[in-house]
Amino acid sequence: MKSLLPVLTVIAAILLFWVVSVVPMNMHLTADQAQRQDIAVTPDAPAARQEHSGIGLALRNTHLFAMTYTLDRPRLPSPHQVAVEMWDTIALKKITSRRSLVYHGWVTLSATLLGFAIGTGLGILLAVGIVYNKAMDMSVMPWAIASQTIPILALAPMIIVMLGSIGIQGLFPKAVISAYLSFFPVVVGMVKGLRSPDAMQLDLLRTYHASPAQGFWKLRLPASVPYLFASLKIGISASLVGAIVAELPTGARAGFGARMLVGDQYGQPMVTWAALFAAAITAAALVGMFSLMERWTLRRMGMQAA
Amino acid sequence: MTDNTTISASGLNLTFQTNDGPVHALKDVNLDINKGDFVSFIGPSGCGKTTFLRCIAGLEAPTGGQISVNGMTPDEARRARAYGYVFQAAGLYPWRTIGGNIKLPLEIMGFSKAEQDERVGRVLDLVDLAGFEKKFPWQLSGGMQQRASIARALAFDADILLMDEPFGALDEIVRDHLNEQLLQLWARTEKTIGFVTHSIPEAVYLSTKIVVMSPRPGRITDVIDSPLPKERPLDIRDSAEFIAVAHRVRDGLRAGHVDD
Repeated sequence: MKSLLPVLTVIAAILLFWVVSVVPMNMHLTADQAQRQDIAVTPDAPAARQEHSGIGLALRNTHLFAMTYTLDRPRLPSPHQVAVEMWDTIALKKITSRRSLVYHGWVTLSATLLGFAIGTGLGILLAVGIVYNKAMDMSVMPWAIASQTIPILALAPMIIVMLGSIGIQGLFPKAVISAYLSFFPVVVGMVKGLRSPDAMQLDLLRTYHASPAQGFWKLRLPASVPYLFASLKIGISASLVGAIVAELPTGARAGFGARMLVGDQYGQPMVTWAALFAAAITAAALVGMFSLMERWTLRRMGMQAA
Repeated sequence: MTDNTTISASGLNLTFQTNDGPVHALKDVNLDINKGDFVSFIGPSGCGKTTFLRCIAGLEAPTGGQISVNGMTPDEARRARAYGYVFQAAGLYPWRTIGGNIKLPLEIMGFSKAEQDERVGRVLDLVDLAGFEKKFPWQLSGGMQQRASIARALAFDADILLMDEPFGALDEIVRDHLNEQLLQLWARTEKTIGFVTHSIPEAVYLSTKIVVMSPRPGRITDVIDSPLPKERPLDIRDSAEFIAVAHRVRDGLRAGHVDD
């Protein structure tokens, strides 16, 4: 728990920056609203106010600071508004409700986990192929790298539409996009891991006249475990990003991505921000889970976690 | 070559093709090793002593000449699991316990579970590591790890033991101790041992036969049959015979250099 203090310090700094930013970000909206409620605003004319920056306007209207934190539709919601929205949609709604973030979270998470499983499996298979097959070694890696240079935002709608046209909808197309993002770190990590035994280790197995299969199960695979965990931690967060991106351009009606889009389109910034935070917390929890699994596994294997 | 010959090389050549042209790692090497011999290979870096050991093990293919191990080609001998090989580094798997590491060759060779356990206990006793079966490698000192790797090479009862500078990375005190233990182990198991070393005292102390080699091209310059008795306490190193043998080894090494 040595890292607790630095982590809290960074969080406090971000929160402070956020709280301070709320005033200038929302000042124009606040001034308009104040004027409607007959509160004096400088300058008086709405057109004149547009000439000023948020900070400039804020300095002329210090009496409106408190109001910037309580707008119904702020440009930048304050932390407590997001917290309230999250409390409402996570704790107070039944999880079967379409307004529950837990419900939307599960929609995204299920696609994430399925895609991650597919991506990890595919990544490991490709890595084994690359390590054991010369032709695959020469051919697969450039394609794998090229695949990651295509913007996923451009590719995602194509995949969804194509799969939709052959009647595949819902969870699976999103999982495909998750898998597309998560297989790559697994391939890279596993190739490095499977190749990590040195010449002496390989010679030792030759002196035992071990078969290639024995070399794989007894040496290469266990040696790759620390590399695999590093890859899994990158892969799971990439999977979550993939699932959210897959929900964005396709008019999905459920999931974190759908919530972000709804908040954006209907001018409900709190909804967008709550979904954003929920997604970030989910990602952190998933990565944290793999860190724990890594530590447990490596300790059981007699290797100290790095 | 007699009935008693375990390893026999005649006219052995090995040339590596490198970017800087061919390298003569071994040139015209002739040597017979008898069953139960303790043979040391000594010489400066690049004299081909490790390469020769790897040829015996079938890890390196000679480009000319003949070599036989137990009457077979080295590759056949390797497939028949005729030898145990100890490398300079212990090379224990960090994810296996000491017992698990020793079981590695036994699992690969298909010994039964009961047989594995029995053998692990026996070889751990041989290298004085009884009770360390459940420890992980990082919990052991460097010397203990190297002993565990020797136990691993002994576990499947090959009658040849090939050791490539096994104590090279250890300090002098640990090395003396392990040398003494190795002699005891050799006396008990009656194995044929091929031992690569940089150290003249180590070679003289351990061996029944000392093969002096020199580089460019890698070749044998002298083969010394040791007059020392089989029973060797550490203080034998102060005896006149020991010093005489050490002198002859040193002369052999120097002669190899004059040729350059």
